[in-house]
Amino acid sequence: MTKNYLDFEKPLAEIEGKAEELRAMARANEEMDVKGEAEALDKKAEQMLVDLYKNLSPWRKCQVARHPERPHCKDYIDALFTEYTPLAGDRNFADDHAVMGGLARMGDIPVMVIGHEKGHDTKSRIERNFGMARPEGYRKAIRLMDLADRFGLPVVSLVDTPGAYPGKGAEERGQSEAIARSTEKCLSLNVPLVSVIIGEGGSGGAVAFATGNTVMMLEHSVYSVISPEGCASILWKDAEKMREAAEALRLTAQDLKNLGVIDRIISEPVGGAHRGVGQTIAAVGHAIEAELKALGKKKPGELKTSRREKYLKMGSQGLAA
Amino acid sequence: MNWISNYVRPRINSLFSRREVPENLWIKCPECGTMLFHRELSDNLNVCSNCDHHMAITPRERFAKLFDGGTFAEVSVPAPIDDPLKFKDQKKYPDRMKAAQKATGEKEAMLVAEGEIGRTPIVAACQDFSFMGGSMGMYVGNAIIAAAERAVKLKRPLVLFSAAGGARMQEGILSLMQMPRTTVAVQMLKEAGLPYIVVLTHPTTGGVTASYAMLGDVQISEPNALICFAGPRVIEQTIREKLPEGFQRAEYLLDHGMLDRVTHRKELREELITILRMLLGQGPAVRGDLPAPEPKKADAKAEPKPAPKPQAKAEPAKPAPQKTAPPKEAPKK
Repeated sequence: MTKNYLDFEKPLAEIEGKAEELRAMARANEEMDVKGEAEALDKKAEQMLVDLYKNLSPWRKCQVARHPERPHCKDYIDALFTEYTPLAGDRNFADDHAVMGGLARMGDIPVMVIGHEKGHDTKSRIERNFGMARPEGYRKAIRLMDLADRFGLPVVSLVDTPGAYPGKGAEERGQSEAIARSTEKCLSLNVPLVSVIIGEGGSGGAVAFATGNTVMMLEHSVYSVISPEGCASILWKDAEKMREAAEALRLTAQDLKNLGVIDRIISEPVGGAHRGVGQTIAAVGHAIEAELKALGKKKPGELKTSRREKYLKMGSQGLAA
Repeated sequence: MNWISNYVRPRINSLFSRREVPENLWIKCPECGTMLFHRELSDNLNVCSNCDHHMAITPRERFAKLFDGGTFAEVSVPAPIDDPLKFKDQKKYPDRMKAAQKATGEKEAMLVAEGEIGRTPIVAACQDFSFMGGSMGMYVGNAIIAAAERAVKLKRPLVLFSAAGGARMQEGILSLMQMPRTTVAVQMLKEAGLPYIVVLTHPTTGGVTASYAMLGDVQISEPNALICFAGPRVIEQTIREKLPEGFQRAEYLLDHGMLDRVTHRKELREELITILRMLLGQGPAVRGDLPAPEPKKADAKAEPKPAPKPQAKAEPAKPAPQKTAPPKEAPKK
């Protein structure tokens, strides 16, 4: 059971709360028999969860994608890789903790893994800057991708960022240039680049890591040019119109698959990744492994060319694709 | 000078009510408030003669002043599909497009052309801020790819003038995908060993800055242009403090090592010629106001297949041997 219910899960929270209450009462008073009643409530809650998540609206998907208990980059790295050896710094200014990455093994294969990390509590969120990278983060990623390229290691990127950090220092040190160079590096790799959007794919900050041979998205993750709130405040002149904006932007994994922007959707457990962390991480692991295996058969030059071709052709068919 | 617009103009209009009075004869400089006569302003490349403020200039005007004799041929851009997301906010996207097309007389937010500057053949692309904030969607992406492909085919450098509020939200994720797409275009030029020069003009922000506009071999900006990833308002809201004077302006970026040069619009053409000719290993350019180039036969063959629309100079003051541009064709207004 989750501690953090999203606003649309309120009815579910009530039922689960009641069931919990009953059980607590039963524990206090041993003569009470609540088993039947509690189980009925459980069943009802279960059905409600299925119904709620069957057809999540785009805005609700944004909420799920941002859920604080959703597994983050570090959870994936800890579970899916062995011998993870973090590599730090951009050799220029600093080490950005919003971006983590380093050498690791997936099964037997050595890879370079990079990703945005949001943090899981107040302290780590501040340390990770809520997953909003500064130029140093992108430059670290460039360095790691370059290293992987020179030693023939495939690159796995895990994307989960609200966007690049909009700050004074970040701008002064060339936020836009760092992002542009990181995208450029993605496009020049002669090794496979497999990207997974595990939560939020926030605009340019996501593109910088996610310009891959294969781009996958978790079922309830989102990937967008602008946050629904930002879009609403510009086009509707009202940030509260984020539901409409989320609808219009077509930022869900399903829409992006239809548009040909991503290659594969990874299913989440009922109720979202945060209700089945282990299951979600395993599914992502299987998908990455399968894609790395498929890409491993391609020749280095072919990897680069086909990646570029894919982007040059992208969007030529619209939603009909 | 308010009395001109408030009092004199209406009176004249009422006297000659039937005659069409051309509007905007005088343009007020938004910086210093000087009233500038439209023809003088245009001759001065839309730069205020009093305070040197660089006003917006349309791609067509810019090209007319950039290319030798004002002659250039448009490079055709493959049309993307219309309204890929069926986007609707308070207005429908196709309606916004139509309004922009009507207001600017242009098809989209970028113009690509080929021609010569100081007898140096180049391909140039220019973004139009007056067209939906110059925003980068599928068309702008296609335009940059077309420009790069054309440059590679003709073995010419590409000069790109950027001006945009960022990505075009109405094309959602597809506008974001123009970041990698245009980056591929830049890589084509680099791999072909051709110079790619970016001239950043006011304003260049968001996803545009974070892709092709920051990947030039040489990065030049017009004075006082706003160049950033996140806009100053967004940053002020995030960090809750006042930003320093001139923050994110061209000179500030130059100081922080993000640009090679900040160059006045009137000196830009000469500077581009100088830099390009050195990068291309050519001798110094012949200086002066060059007439339109003599079309070479080899060049004529290399014209783009969809018949290029030759442009006549807005004011054919000097007799130019306009063989590529039939002088009879009236200049588009």
